[in-house]
Amino acid sequence: MGVVVDNAGQYLAGMAMTVALTLVSFSAALVIGTVVAAFRVSPVPPLRTAGTLWVETVRNTPLTVLMVLFFFGFTKLGIQYSAFTSAVIVLSAYTSTFVAETVRSGINAVAKGQAEAARSLGLTFPQVLGRVVLPQAFRTVLAPLGSVFIALIKNSSIASIISVVELTEVADRLNNETARPVAVFLGAGMAYLLLTLPSGFLVGVLERRVAIKR
Amino acid sequence: MVEPLVVATKVNKWFGPLHVLKDVDLTVEKGEVVVVLGPSGSGKSTLCRTLNRLEPIHSGTIEIDGVGLPEEGKALAKLRSDVGMVFQSFNLFAHKTVLQNVTLGPEKVRKMPRREARERAMALLERVGIAEKADRYPAELSGGQQQRAAIARALAMDPKVMLFDEPTSALDPEMIKEVLDVMLELAHEGTTMIVVSHEMGFARSAARRVAFMDEGRIVEVAPPEQFFHDPESARARDFLGKVLAH
Ligand SMILES: Nc1ncnc2c1ncn2[C@@H]1O[C@H](COP(=O)(O)OP(=O)(O)O)[C@@H](O)[C@H]1O
Ligand SMILES: [Mg+2]
Repeated sequence: MGVVVDNAGQYLAGMAMTVALTLVSFSAALVIGTVVAAFRVSPVPPLRTAGTLWVETVRNTPLTVLMVLFFFGFTKLGIQYSAFTSAVIVLSAYTSTFVAETVRSGINAVAKGQAEAARSLGLTFPQVLGRVVLPQAFRTVLAPLGSVFIALIKNSSIASIISVVELTEVADRLNNETARPVAVFLGAGMAYLLLTLPSGFLVGVLERRVAIKR
Repeated sequence: MVEPLVVATKVNKWFGPLHVLKDVDLTVEKGEVVVVLGPSGSGKSTLCRTLNRLEPIHSGTIEIDGVGLPEEGKALAKLRSDVGMVFQSFNLFAHKTVLQNVTLGPEKVRKMPRREARERAMALLERVGIAEKADRYPAELSGGQQQRAAIARALAMDPKVMLFDEPTSALDPEMIKEVLDVMLELAHEGTTMIVVSHEMGFARSAARRVAFMDEGRIVEVAPPEQFFHDPESARARDFLGKVLAH
């Protein structure tokens, strides 16, 4: 494992990039995914269709394909985003579909009477959703949202194919220099665990803190 | 002077092939209490829910204070804010405290300042006897307390009419009275109320009229003394026989 220790600085920089990709993409995915989930349960048919189309096309395409198509496709069209920005856009879009489906299942799990009581008070559809349904939906789907977050940490490794120097790209380059794949990728695997394990733990803590008394 | 507040005319409603409301006519005057009763499945809940358009109707008209129910949207939301609704299963917002349940409508719909909304909410909770539970969550309250909180939540909007759909039938017997007492007080204060309930005692002492429903029709409307003592229709006699036998 000497190769890992010797290059600890590069690993740390890679981890920092992975964290940055993950946090920025997840924040965007939460917003987009929640809006898409709202579209899918809205009383307006065109919005429902748009939400379904977004989820079914983006979710059912491999992330690698999306990453390459977006980065190189847009360059061809003369639109140039940096590798980091491209990776964030693609990861956000991809993750938003999983957020949307998770949030939607949370919305469906909220008792129908909750929305009916809110409508009876005169709340409008966005108010019913924002004040009554979503706050309860999010609480019930914190655990699966945590899984989406952890999946995103790992999915961010796909950004390496457009040369974002995150953890996997760091390992890839070190491997090319040293030809010691096992040690180099064991180091990367452990670095990922340092990110994913605490995330899972934090989700558990958060889940207990916001649980609704029943 | 007669001032009709709720006017349903020739209302028809289907659930798929099931004809659940058949040419229903119902007029409720300002300050009047009408108790709706009838066998299970006769359409009482559906009628109640069509009055604030939680259920849309297929034909006929419904007017609240002279205004026909609009399509889903801002105007309907506005109209719903004037129609209080109390459900059999309370439906208090599970993630909000009792006080927050009561202030949500006034703050978000009426745009009332938070302080004022809280003060009025506390006064209402005082009135229904659960002020000390203001900072508790619904799940920490008994059924009777939850239903009283739900009544306070509806009253906080200063509704023109209150709809109650079997407000005591999910309650343990010892809690029924505390809810009925609150409703009786409202009735005596002149609140316009439409109450789906089989509580004879309440109907006798609070209702001006009783409407009997059977298979989607309002079969008979009469003052409670007359209805309970000498119902016109055979259906009602049959129903009363079954209910009173308990
Ligand atoms: N959402 C619904 N979908 C289909 N059928 C329904 C629905 N709600 C009620 N019904 C049916 O409509 C009829 C009237 O129901 P309801 O108004 O709840 O009666 P009540 O309150 O008098 O017991 C019943 O046959 C019931 O099964
Ligand atoms: Mg019913």
